[in-house]
Amino acid sequence: MIQRLIENATQLFLLLVLAPLVTGVIRTLKARLQTRRGPGILQPYRDLRKLFGKGMVIPETASWIFTATPWVVFFSTILAGLMIPMVAAKAPLGLFGGVLAVIYLLGLGRFFLALSGLDTGSSFGGLGSSREMTISALAEPAMMLAIFTVAIGAGSTGLTEIAGAAIGQTWRFLAPAQMFAFAALALVLIAETGRIPVDNPDTHLELTMIHEAMILEYSGPYLALVEWAASIKQLVLMTLLINCFWPFGLQPTWFGFGALQGIGWLLAKLLLLCCAIVLLETVNAKMRLFRVPELLAVAFTLGSLALVSTFLF
Amino acid sequence: MITDLFLSGIVVWLAGAVASLALWRQPAVARRVGCSAALAGSLLDLAASAAVLFSGSTTVIGLPFGNPAFTWAIRLDPLSAYFNVTLAVLAAAVSLYSFGYLREMEGRRNLGAFGFFLNLLLPSLALVFTASNAFFFLVAWEVMALASFFLIIFEHEKEKTRKAGMLFLIMSHAGTGLLLIAFLVLASASGSLDFSSFHLLASRITPLQQGTVFLLFLFGFGVKAGLVPVHIWLPEAHPVAPSNVSALMSGIVIKTGIYGMARVFFDFYGPPPLWMGTVVLGLGVASALLGVLYALMEHDLKRLLAWHSIENIGIILMGFGAALMFRSLGQSNLAALALIAALYHTFNHAIFKGLLFLGAGSVVQATHTRNMEKMGGLIRLMPVTALCFLLGAVAISGLPPLNGFVSEWLTYQALLAGFGTTQSLTRLMFPIAGSLLALTAALAAACFVKAFAIPFLALPRSEEAAEARECSLPMRAGMAVLAVGCIALGLGATWFVPVFDSITQQTLGVRASAALVTAHGLALTAGTGHGTVQGGTISTAGMALFFLLAGAAFALPLALRWRRRSVIGPVWDCGLPGLTADNEYTATAFSKPLRMIFSALYRPRREIQAEYEVSPHYPSAIRFESEIERTFEKRLYGPLRERIMAAANRMKGIQAGSINLYLAYIFITLILLLLFGVRG
Repeated sequence: MIQRLIENATQLFLLLVLAPLVTGVIRTLKARLQTRRGPGILQPYRDLRKLFGKGMVIPETASWIFTATPWVVFFSTILAGLMIPMVAAKAPLGLFGGVLAVIYLLGLGRFFLALSGLDTGSSFGGLGSSREMTISALAEPAMMLAIFTVAIGAGSTGLTEIAGAAIGQTWRFLAPAQMFAFAALALVLIAETGRIPVDNPDTHLELTMIHEAMILEYSGPYLALVEWAASIKQLVLMTLLINCFWPFGLQPTWFGFGALQGIGWLLAKLLLLCCAIVLLETVNAKMRLFRVPELLAVAFTLGSLALVSTFLF
Repeated sequence: MITDLFLSGIVVWLAGAVASLALWRQPAVARRVGCSAALAGSLLDLAASAAVLFSGSTTVIGLPFGNPAFTWAIRLDPLSAYFNVTLAVLAAAVSLYSFGYLREMEGRRNLGAFGFFLNLLLPSLALVFTASNAFFFLVAWEVMALASFFLIIFEHEKEKTRKAGMLFLIMSHAGTGLLLIAFLVLASASGSLDFSSFHLLASRITPLQQGTVFLLFLFGFGVKAGLVPVHIWLPEAHPVAPSNVSALMSGIVIKTGIYGMARVFFDFYGPPPLWMGTVVLGLGVASALLGVLYALMEHDLKRLLAWHSIENIGIILMGFGAALMFRSLGQSNLAALALIAALYHTFNHAIFKGLLFLGAGSVVQATHTRNMEKMGGLIRLMPVTALCFLLGAVAISGLPPLNGFVSEWLTYQALLAGFGTTQSLTRLMFPIAGSLLALTAALAAACFVKAFAIPFLALPRSEEAAEARECSLPMRAGMAVLAVGCIALGLGATWFVPVFDSITQQTLGVRASAALVTAHGLALTAGTGHGTVQGGTISTAGMALFFLLAGAAFALPLALRWRRRSVIGPVWDCGLPGLTADNEYTATAFSKPLRMIFSALYRPRREIQAEYEVSPHYPSAIRFESEIERTFEKRLYGPLRERIMAAANRMKGIQAGSINLYLAYIFITLILLLLFGVRG
């Protein structure tokens, strides 16, 4: 019991603290690659502190959906985060749900965000909601195929089992099925976290926004919650990707020196993935909205190839 | 005891039917009598069928009339009882709702007739689920179809309503025709019309007959269920009916098709050939995907919900198809898992679709339109309806922790486990179906963002919407019953799953629930030790507990603190002042990206006419029209209709109108039949 509590508390702490850091690292690295100085990796923390201290404006047209949404998004993302293996293969709340539950909990948050985008009556909010729901719907089948491939390999949709099956098979990620599934899931990750070339997290140009357009009316602490939840979601998806496919350093249990080692590995792998994302974001331009389905079709094809290769190779 | 409860339920319904018809001159009395009888009958039916379901026993009731060939035998076994429980719960909530819903119609419409047909529909449904003789079954089936027809055309002064009712009647009878042939083939093989003589019979006839009978049953029952491509009546007929009838139609009447398939495929057939399951799975995927894609293009609230019924029937059939395939492959445990997923979703769909149609009914009654583009802002004027509708929307989108999530999760687990059951390429069907289920569910979520946000959120888009009033107390109570059902079936999944034990025992010979519940009843698992997949776990109750604790510990106190720091102000909207309802995103605009992405399916057509005086850049009036192609009507049913009309034209030749000629026809037929009889 105590052990469970410690696991959950540690992972909760990691989720809350690491998430803004990952965002900060990506921003700074990107700025450096573009020969800018950048705001520093701690800027997201400062933003959050500032926003939590501010007052806020609630639009007069908004209903209780608008005030409930930040909480629903925040808590469902946290709950999803507790269901994934971060430091050790054992997911702290693995009993509450596996990979399907993680996806659907993130879906719950998105559902409410989309509602809140439409709640204020602002046409930009509606635009964001419409695009977000469209893109996420198209990303879903590719994601599910990739996940099925991994789950079939592990014999379970439980993430503890999936990560457990990966431990000790360090070079398994070179298998064709794993490589295809990884590529498919990586493309989905880009779409789901709203990164270039699908969406630009730094944009404030009205007509190109997707995620930012949905949360345009939020201010103060609620904006902080939504932004924090978005960065936690990004961390959750990134961790899911690296721990399912690159199991190096993932500990079988939570205790002893191993846990510290596990955290070290996690940070190293996250940094590697951040570099990849930064590189991808810098060399690509944002796509036109109606080119995104093609990208996701590529992801779907990769997912199908992954599935076929599970029994061909 | 069970016999008494069940029969008294039927009697109460029928008595209510007669009484409300007799009282039609006093609408208020007729309404009360009709709804009370419907409610009382439902509760009696619920008691009887719940007793059967929990005891796992089978009750056979013989009615004291009929003859050996056409017996009126009622058999309440666990499968029948399960569908009766679904019927009873939904019917009870709908009758409660109808107390308030029908009051608006008092004096304008014949509520006696409504009570009559409602109280005729309910017992006919109960008897469809329990009849154990093909003749009796078809009689109940026809009474159900006719009662539904009269309820659909209740607002018959509109031509569209009558046309939709006629389409329903034609399709329904075409389906009954297929069923009749299928039953006759079976009856000629067994020499009896009793269902007990059909047990495992369909697997003993020749393969050609097996396949034919299978397809006849699939499409015969499929018409009622709304299976693509025989679904076309459903999106026409469900929206035009009064909303309480729509709730019953979508919630339970279309489930008679599902019941029929369950009865035939798991009772009349032994382990079927693999292709049968494949066909069902494939048609399930097609129905699910096409249903949701067409739903996305609707801005008629009730038509949108009707298309979602087709989607959900597809999801149910995916579980069914997988169960059939596992049965052919000899995987009884997995077949039980898939069957549980399908039946669980059947119940769930009855509850949340019933809820959504009742919610839509309240909205339509308050705003006098079914067009979403004319609603908006109703969450402030109709808070209870809005909350109930939101719960239904979350449930139908398959989002945790409500009931839709549980049954979709079970379906995923069944499909995922299927990959390891065979070495042939057929196994690719399972994960592909799973990924398309994911697409369906995500599109459904997109659709219900629209279906909730456009009517309920932001500013009212018309004067009617601005003047809407919350619906009456009985209506709210009816919706609340179903909303609680959505929550209970979601959070209480581990307590609900053992209900299926007696059904899987009866149909597949295994009891699966012990393998499905783990962690002292806290979590649901896909079971261990069968197939290749151990399955994951979910705990909807745990998730709900987490949300409750987090909400109480953090959200509530912090929200109250921040409230003091917040001000209510105009919408920022990127600095554009003066937001009006005209600036809001519409339902059409919301689904525009998907309309463009799937344009190959929709073949959208749009027309813009602008009138201008000075320059084309300053139009004085704009007319916009947009529609999508009705593919099935145009490409499948259009040619079919033409063929039928042409054939009818050719047959006109033998209709001379002379009575002597007709007598000659009768005589010739008689001779032929006698010859046939003597030879046979």
